[in-house]
Amino acid sequence: MVERYQDRKFVVSNQEKCNGCGLCEYVCSMVNEKTFNPNKSRIRVTRLNLLTNVAVSCRKCVDPLCVASCPKNALSQEENTGIIRVNEHACTACGWCIGACSFGALNLHPDKKIVYVCNSCTDTDHKGDPQCVQWCPEKALQYVTAETLAQKARQKLVAQLLEPSENSEKPSDTQQSSQC
Amino acid sequence: MSAYAGKVLHVNLTSGQIRTEMLDERTVNLYLGGVGLGVNLLMEYSKPDRDAFDPDNPLIYCTGLLSGTLGSSGHGYAVVSKSPLTGGVCEGQVQSFFGSELKRAGYAAVVVKGKASELSYLWIDDDQVQIRSAQCFSGDSVRVVEQKLCDELDDFSVRVSGIGEAGEKLCRFATIVSDKCHVVSRGAGLGAVMGSKNLKAIVVRGTHDVNVANLGSFACFVKALYERDGALGISNSSSSSLLFRRLLELNSLSALATRNWGNSVFEGIKKLGDDYLTDRFVKKAVGCGACGVNCNSAVMVSAGSFKNEVALLNSDCVLSLGSLCGVDSFDAIVKAASLVNDYGMDVVSVGVVVAFAMDLYERGVITREQAGGVDLRFGNVDALLDLICKIGKGDGWLGKILAEGVAKAADAIGGEAVKYACHVKGLELPGYDLRALKNAALGFSVAFNGDARMRNGAELLDIAGGGVDRCKIESDMGSRLVEESQRYNVLDSLLICKLNPQVYTWKDLADYYLHVTGIEVAEEDLKLVGKRIETLVRLFNILEGKGIRDYDDLPYKIKFCPISDDVKEKGMVITDDELQLGIDSYYAASGWTADGIPTVDCLKQVGLGHLAYISENAIKAAQNREES
Repeated sequence: MVERYQDRKFVVSNQEKCNGCGLCEYVCSMVNEKTFNPNKSRIRVTRLNLLTNVAVSCRKCVDPLCVASCPKNALSQEENTGIIRVNEHACTACGWCIGACSFGALNLHPDKKIVYVCNSCTDTDHKGDPQCVQWCPEKALQYVTAETLAQKARQKLVAQLLEPSENSEKPSDTQQSSQC
Repeated sequence: MSAYAGKVLHVNLTSGQIRTEMLDERTVNLYLGGVGLGVNLLMEYSKPDRDAFDPDNPLIYCTGLLSGTLGSSGHGYAVVSKSPLTGGVCEGQVQSFFGSELKRAGYAAVVVKGKASELSYLWIDDDQVQIRSAQCFSGDSVRVVEQKLCDELDDFSVRVSGIGEAGEKLCRFATIVSDKCHVVSRGAGLGAVMGSKNLKAIVVRGTHDVNVANLGSFACFVKALYERDGALGISNSSSSSLLFRRLLELNSLSALATRNWGNSVFEGIKKLGDDYLTDRFVKKAVGCGACGVNCNSAVMVSAGSFKNEVALLNSDCVLSLGSLCGVDSFDAIVKAASLVNDYGMDVVSVGVVVAFAMDLYERGVITREQAGGVDLRFGNVDALLDLICKIGKGDGWLGKILAEGVAKAADAIGGEAVKYACHVKGLELPGYDLRALKNAALGFSVAFNGDARMRNGAELLDIAGGGVDRCKIESDMGSRLVEESQRYNVLDSLLICKLNPQVYTWKDLADYYLHVTGIEVAEEDLKLVGKRIETLVRLFNILEGKGIRDYDDLPYKIKFCPISDDVKEKGMVITDDELQLGIDSYYAASGWTADGIPTVDCLKQVGLGHLAYISENAIKAAQNREES
């Protein structure tokens, strides 16, 4: 069955919850690579400072630039899931797709000399159930559709508008210091 | 062996020589890694009677069993050296990304000796190791150094462990900071040793895999631990409650050291209380590398003169920079903690030396002129911040003298000052009022580094209750503390975080070891490792002249100044008689002589028979002292 592109799920990180601990990277390498090595993770954490952390993996874009940019046609996208597939024989690890991706979601594999990207754990025993989401101690990771994200954003906004006093004492979430 | 990095990196900063050797499996079995391995290497590579700042004093970094794996609370590294404060073993650990990165680079330990001709950093890029100039980082905080190094190396994933300005200036309680702001705890002095070697930082990029013996069973075990931790309320909980619960507990027990142990309860506690802070300051619960237990709070000041100041806070920061100095302004504590972190100092020690100076100022021992024109009253926020900067930079008479640590500062000031200096063995005492926590007092006196919280957890017994009467030193406390010190040694060697040490039973530790290494180990064998490490440390301290009974002591205020507040604990004090009885029971349970010297039988039991000469010489010296 071909799903609608709106139904594609991807892993997102809630910036307010993610504290950049990097556990997801260890889980990903364990599940997909049978070892512990964040350099082999399909999800990557950036801990910019104490308050600004986010984990990033493939967003499963429509007409993804990574696929379009590959000079060897080594990348393709599964129509139903949106997962990017890499033809290991065709990929030359030139990294053009890495530069094309706005999210830094693709990486060069340290051993295999190809690019690799989130497969939503479909190639593992946990078929289609991303384990980073299951393990995240902060429940900061979600496996959702873009529509769900939009719904949640609207719910949050409306709640804030209707209950403005709840957060008025707290400093704004958008304020960030340049410090650690 | 699975999960262990196999190499020991030796660096001599004087000659520039760099070499690696393989770690033999026997050493791993005897000491596990982490602090145990570090102490073993310290014994092997240090020379007795050399000053902590002598280039020959080795600075030793060690990784642990769980570093670089999915293991809960196990991503740390340990640093071990001879302490410039106590003259004995100094050790500290931190759960942070650096330890795992160092392990992925392939190293179980890094032993640094010598002194570089100019400020330098060590760049470990897997097998490629270089000593590079760090002149351009002089005076920078580790946070800034990390940013500059990422730019210089063009890699934002490298990990940095280094010192701030205080370490460069040889402040004796300077510590080591990694991953921007995670402090090696309680490594007061390690930063100074690093500075004495002209070593600004160790920078590492490790790309190798870390494997465990049985991936499936290991993952199940770790998942179960996370779920159990969650049920115990130490994971996924608001870290602010972890943070401030301790303050409220101590205050309710009249054990919150206030104004340099002048009071035991703090009237400003309401301003530092739990809900108040959670609502106003705590922005995020922050954990360490790959750990779901968020023990630190990232706090931000929202208004006023310190607006947008951010700091990583734990209860030590509030105890030391708050009640101990009589400060009840949380804004100021955040600013002070941020400064302390930037200078790279141990926050407990900073609080104690500032409180000491304020105490002497109010008593007229230190004049306003000597304080650089600053009004050093307790509670004066400006004075606290000013003094932190002076200590960090080693500025002025007072800044220089306090940077020597409270014990040496008291000696330098002379007169009555020594009575107001609160330290154990030379290490500043955390803001616990031990007069109302008598079993903790015993724990502190016998802790080899001077801090029971790191070495035997005696304070938890008194605070948590559990059948322990905190108003007297329990008759079985000696043997309980001996077993706890062994468990702490094993935790520190496996490098499992001691945030909540009660969580990990001996069985848990044995299970962890099995899943990671594939080797079954009996709980009794692990206890023997703990005892071996404790004994080895004692021998090291004896060689340095610090492992004798005289050093297992408590500060003057704890022994001779009863609690004066109008509380039910009023009048409580630790008498010398009860302390000595407690120490007797601890020595007896350890298999040590009445002078605190491990017997030859004790050494043989833990496999240290080849070091029997140290005990024999020390016993003879003790006999000679008695005879004379």
